[in-house]
Amino acid sequence: MEIYRLTIHEAHELLKKREISCEELTKALFDRIKSVDEKIRAYITLDEEGALQKSREVDKRKDFTNPLTGVPVAIKDNICTEGLKTTCASKILENFIPPYDATLSVRLKSRDAVILGKTNMDEFAMGSSTENSAFFATRNPWDTTRVPGGSSGGSAAAVAADECIFAIGSDTGGSIRQPAGYCGVVGMKPTYGRVSRYGLVAYASSLDQIGPITKDVTDCAMVLNAIAGRDIMDSTSADIPVPDYTLSLKPDVSGMKIGIPREYFGEGIDAEVREAVLNAAKVFEKMGASCEEISLPHTEYALWAYYIIAPAEASSNLARYDGIRYGVRAKDYEDLIDLYKKTRSEGFGAEVKRRIMLGTYALSSGYYDAYYLKAQKVRTLVKRDFDQAFKKYDFILCPTAPTVAFKIGENTDDPLKMYMNDVCTIPVNMAGLPGISLPCGFSGNMPIGLQIIGRPFDEPTILQAAYAFEQATEYHLKKPCIDSDTASSGEQKCDKEPDAGKGVIA
Amino acid sequence: MNYETVIGLEVHVELLTKSKVFCGCSTEFGGEPNTHCCPICLGMPGVLPVTNKKAVEYAIKAGLALNCEIAAYSKFDRKNYFYPDLPKAYQISQYDLPIARNGYIEIEVDGKTRRIGITRVHLEEDAGKLIHEEGKNNSLVDLNRTGVPLIEIVSEPDIRSPEEAWLYLNKLKSILQYIEVSDCKMEEGSLRCDVNISIRREGVDKFGTKVEIKNLGSFKAVRRSLEYEEKRQREVIEEGGELIQETRRWDEVRGVTVSMRNKEEAHDYRYFPEPDLVPMVLDKDWIAEIKANLPELPDARKERYVKEFGLPAYDAGVLTSSKALSDFYEECISHYHDPKVVSNWVMVEMMGLLNEKGMEVEQIKFKPEQLAAMLRMMDQGTISGKIAKEVFRDMFETGEDPEVIVKRKGLVQISDEKELERIATKVIEQNQKSVQDYKNGKQKALGFLVGQMMKETRGKANPQMVNEILKKLLG
Ligand SMILES: [Zn+2]
Repeated sequence: MEIYRLTIHEAHELLKKREISCEELTKALFDRIKSVDEKIRAYITLDEEGALQKSREVDKRKDFTNPLTGVPVAIKDNICTEGLKTTCASKILENFIPPYDATLSVRLKSRDAVILGKTNMDEFAMGSSTENSAFFATRNPWDTTRVPGGSSGGSAAAVAADECIFAIGSDTGGSIRQPAGYCGVVGMKPTYGRVSRYGLVAYASSLDQIGPITKDVTDCAMVLNAIAGRDIMDSTSADIPVPDYTLSLKPDVSGMKIGIPREYFGEGIDAEVREAVLNAAKVFEKMGASCEEISLPHTEYALWAYYIIAPAEASSNLARYDGIRYGVRAKDYEDLIDLYKKTRSEGFGAEVKRRIMLGTYALSSGYYDAYYLKAQKVRTLVKRDFDQAFKKYDFILCPTAPTVAFKIGENTDDPLKMYMNDVCTIPVNMAGLPGISLPCGFSGNMPIGLQIIGRPFDEPTILQAAYAFEQATEYHLKKPCIDSDTASSGEQKCDKEPDAGKGVIA
Repeated sequence: MNYETVIGLEVHVELLTKSKVFCGCSTEFGGEPNTHCCPICLGMPGVLPVTNKKAVEYAIKAGLALNCEIAAYSKFDRKNYFYPDLPKAYQISQYDLPIARNGYIEIEVDGKTRRIGITRVHLEEDAGKLIHEEGKNNSLVDLNRTGVPLIEIVSEPDIRSPEEAWLYLNKLKSILQYIEVSDCKMEEGSLRCDVNISIRREGVDKFGTKVEIKNLGSFKAVRRSLEYEEKRQREVIEEGGELIQETRRWDEVRGVTVSMRNKEEAHDYRYFPEPDLVPMVLDKDWIAEIKANLPELPDARKERYVKEFGLPAYDAGVLTSSKALSDFYEECISHYHDPKVVSNWVMVEMMGLLNEKGMEVEQIKFKPEQLAAMLRMMDQGTISGKIAKEVFRDMFETGEDPEVIVKRKGLVQISDEKELERIATKVIEQNQKSVQDYKNGKQKALGFLVGQMMKETRGKANPQMVNEILKKLLG
């Protein structure tokens, strides 16, 4: 048995029954990482020693009541882990070891999850391909010539390649859902305020949200149970009770009303993606839900407003990286201003600099009203679109991304084209809503992501819908083939892999 | 040509909360550099601020005491600029929705009450301190002060002279001390002041070109720099020159303001709403509760002193000008029946000694009960008024009980008739010429003889009895 392939709920059962030990499982994952991460490059930092030590402690304690206990996890490298390097995939934090844990880390640790290491990402979560990492690009396990998506590309790839049992990502404009979609796994951005942001290195504070990336919907609910909830360290975290999300895992959508927004199926959306998502709608209809086309008229403005608001906040959030107190400082400088200039010029990558400049400009006196204030108004309108729709519909169904994962290097010279990758996910962040991506088909060998969007704090409904869809289909059972030496080409045969699901069985 | 001076003040005051405004660190002054710090006030990656409710309460309290309207809805904004004492490279402040606005302070100028408008009171965090090491080409950063809550109090340009500015500052300090939101210690940096000043021809409505003077270290410096600047601006205009809008620095030693012409001053702070903090909805009941619990403010106390104790308005004003002084006075009169007598001692002797020694009321060694005891010794004739002054000085210096001092110094008043007669006889014998003068009708001679009696008894003789006994013996 390849125990590294287990889901959380599978691993939990085996651990509880003592059929495997936590140490065994942890070792199996490090073996797996050693055999495939050369090709995938999902991790920036591995903590083998710490993880094995933790696994032995967990085995000794023999208390597997909590489903995450003893389960190996990979954490995106913008979430602080005490004593473990947290780089944000940036040169400027290359040497940064936080003396504190993010609330997320505290919550995982208190449930005795085993932290394997920190995953690669676009620098400071700015990007959609993980090519903006200052260290190296992560590859898509389904086709290593393609990107895993981003910015949580390392986390999504690690889950898809079975280099962890589950992973944690962060989503500011699609950074969990889009790579989950590209890598054929489940990724959820919870409602803004559902999960504490304390210790998540801020990109755009009013949009950032931590969420799970898992192998199936059940795991997603289990992780959300552990990480959701009010945190006194984060004033923007919501003081709303956390339900048991696993209670939503019912294969039942009968009577539910689904809105299908036409703006998400227009120009720029790949035909196969469109077809796969519309097929998914049919699956829901077969299960007794009703689908209707709706309009979210301000969708097209959301992307551009996002590229004002997010950089504006980023320009301020990233100003602290000045080389004075921590992180990397430029070696030779003349005076204070020179120190700032050189440290930041050398420390930040091109995309980060681009967004800092965009944001600084948007907030400058004389431009504030025309850009930042207007963008905030657009944001309100985008939110109103959704509010309107949710009066009638239980959830909204649309693609996670316009295409499947693209080739490495394909969009690097064209930022605008790159930004279009998040066109389907950004409005959800702008409105602060929960959204989940799960596999709903393949274009060639590449997975297609289905996005389900819900009302604020109505994660239960989208989990239920996602679970029902997953139960009705087999897309989630298909695994990428990366063990063979031929893994770098698009089409590949891999006898060791489980049989690929053939799609709809409902 | 007559000119009118127009002054506005921006005062930053550190609040007396125990912990910082957005983290749990201590606000205590002093301490080894960088020991009152945590990841939050150090601006480490990923950390978030959480507002200290006490700081908001204090800001509301200050707003109410300054007769402001308190906002029902207020929010924080980020003020962005790079400086090593500002770890996040932005200060969490308030831009367009301050906690309080539209208030005023009343000051007395030449016996008339002048009302100075308060534009706004907002809450923000303090920055750290740079320490420049002597002879070294580097600077050190101490972030203990980073995140200490500050309120900024901005006045309307209603102030018309350096004297008024000085009065305004004293009144403001007094009010803030009364409501116990700040200790207003300029020497510890818990009160800092920036001023704006312009002049215009009398009768002209339009404001002149304003000059800002930043970071003034004392009220005296505020007054002196404004006096200098008023004169300088007048001279520039009268010589046909043109004033430029600029920031100037006060050179305390030379007594002049100096232009700070550098580009760093041309900041664009790029304010925008702080996304890490939710806007504050300030509950009406909470504000009402804070208002109801406001202590008596200096103006009200002054009025009470005049009405209840019959003190002259001037005296009442002096006594209530600082909370510490006024509290000391009240403590004294709780132990002694005559507020007027106490007022005299406090205002003349005590304040005289404080001035002489450059001390604050808080540093006084003796207790109000001790002053009361001394006054009672006078009433009982144990010591004379003159001796009392000596006792008071001793008590001020040593903090010892007046009884102890009197005993130690042997200052008990001599009221024994026989003893006084014995000394009087001796004095009369030794000063026959004065006795003759007195008998010839020179009243002044009696004074001389009394003086000799006092000298003989080192001031301890009961003066009234001395007079009577001398007159009796001289027939
Ligand atoms: Zn702190």
